[in-house]
Amino acid sequence: MIRSLPCSRTYTATYRLYIILFYIFLIMPLITICVLAFNDSHYIALPWKGFSLDWFFANTNERLGLFEDVGLLLSVWISIKTGFFVALFSTIVGTLAALLFEEEEFRFKGALYFLAIAPLVIPGVVLGLSILLSSTSAGLYMEETFGIDVELLRPSFWLVVIGQFSFAATYVMLLVIARLKKFDRTLEEAGLSLRATRLQVIRLITLPFLRSAIFGAFIVAFLISFSNINTTIFLIGSDTTLPVDLYSRIKFSSTPVLNAVSFMIVAFISLAAIISFVLNRNKK
Amino acid sequence: MKKRGSTFYLLMIPVLLWLGVLIVIPHLDMLYRSFRFETDDWEMVFSLNNYLTFFSDQIYWLTFVKTALYSIGVTILAFVVTFPVAFYLTKVIGKKYSGFMTLLLLIPIWIGELVTVYGWMILLRDNGVINTFLLKIGLIDSPIEMLFTNFSMTIGLLYMSMLFMIVPMMSALDSMDDSLIEAASDLGASKWMIFRQIIIPYTTPGIVSGGIIVFMLVIGDYVVPTILGGKSSLWFTEQIYNKFLMSFNWNEGAAFGFLLLVLSSTIVWIALKLSGQKLDKVGS
Repeated sequence: MIRSLPCSRTYTATYRLYIILFYIFLIMPLITICVLAFNDSHYIALPWKGFSLDWFFANTNERLGLFEDVGLLLSVWISIKTGFFVALFSTIVGTLAALLFEEEEFRFKGALYFLAIAPLVIPGVVLGLSILLSSTSAGLYMEETFGIDVELLRPSFWLVVIGQFSFAATYVMLLVIARLKKFDRTLEEAGLSLRATRLQVIRLITLPFLRSAIFGAFIVAFLISFSNINTTIFLIGSDTTLPVDLYSRIKFSSTPVLNAVSFMIVAFISLAAIISFVLNRNKK
Repeated sequence: MKKRGSTFYLLMIPVLLWLGVLIVIPHLDMLYRSFRFETDDWEMVFSLNNYLTFFSDQIYWLTFVKTALYSIGVTILAFVVTFPVAFYLTKVIGKKYSGFMTLLLLIPIWIGELVTVYGWMILLRDNGVINTFLLKIGLIDSPIEMLFTNFSMTIGLLYMSMLFMIVPMMSALDSMDDSLIEAASDLGASKWMIFRQIIIPYTTPGIVSGGIIVFMLVIGDYVVPTILGGKSSLWFTEQIYNKFLMSFNWNEGAAFGFLLLVLSSTIVWIALKLSGQKLDKVGS
């Protein structure tokens, strides 16, 4: 059953077979995309017509490769921008929230903490539509009372950032709290007793300790933003993010360029994962 | 009560703004809007009409019930499929391999839902990889229709959510002392008894938090039902989306959104009560 206990051969073999099947199930869609990205065909699926890089570089009437497709490249760029701002804002606010809940005592702390983790149990669609509703109400109010048109409150780039931030901050907060729980509080007390102000202690002792967790949370927030569609779809204006662009292409006009984009994402993520794995292993 | 320093407010104000402006107000606004109804004379009045639409039209509440049951089913399925894997990686094989195998589990999470769902679409098409393979080896004579069915939808929902369950279960299993299992085994307990009476109770917190994440991802998902599910596989998020962006009936959409929120919160609450867990623990 476990490492130290002997087991019958059939049990071990069946178990191993199951694990192998599971991993096949896991990797199959990714391998398929990666292979078909190089298929010399006009259809996204089989049959295999030979190797080609057309769906990356071609620019003819019939085929428009990924690196020639201006619309697609623009949506990648918008997604990167969105991801950056979401990660930046949610890292700042999420870290502040983590410090607030771990280090301060105040009334209604439990209730406020409950609100802060609520985005975990609010469907992304509901989050998106409620922010759309209230921003439109606020926009209408601004226009009727002050006669000013606030662009921020209409579906737009910044509204997407705001919507994604509203739940990305929760994940950052939880990641930072997890690290804070391992923090040795006596270090802070030492700082305070040496007459440092509370802010100096946070800046010079706590934040440096949290540095790697905050950096990790930044990456996580970026990835959450980069792949989000459920919330984004309600808030999007004319600046289409990559997932929304891919979604509408899958739905209405799939060409193998989708395979090429997916291949790039798979390759990039796998490479990044392997690099971080090797770096972590060398540290130990 | 001691006097609060400026640091406290520095932490408190951004968090209050985040939760107040982006979580509390939008949801109150959604609730308010769900009771607004435009009469034939273009007048906005308070009414229950938006909710009555939901109950009077069979398609809405049938989809609602189906979404709820499917989400619970997929969550259970995700547990059954992934628990052996989590156990294998933490207790059966050595640390040497488990690191790399765990990394493989994380890659599809980071790649994001859209790309992996697209991969499944290519796999399951009539001229997709699986059908082509089955035809080649002569197991079937004509392609099996797999895409745009409840089957393909279930596969997609399972694939995109199950990995989020493995991680919390693995951390629960990791902290479990192997000697508990060894002791039980020495005393003559069968594998099933060890599983039921030792492993499951010990890992309940991990199972519950993983289960809630999976459930929320599935019930709030928009991508899988619209890409892999067919005309017959309606999903409640689809109907909310259509209310907003197809028929522009925002007030009705708000009512539907609120119903989805009530549904998911109720099921999560029941799950927490049944398992004796708390939501604050789920976060960590």
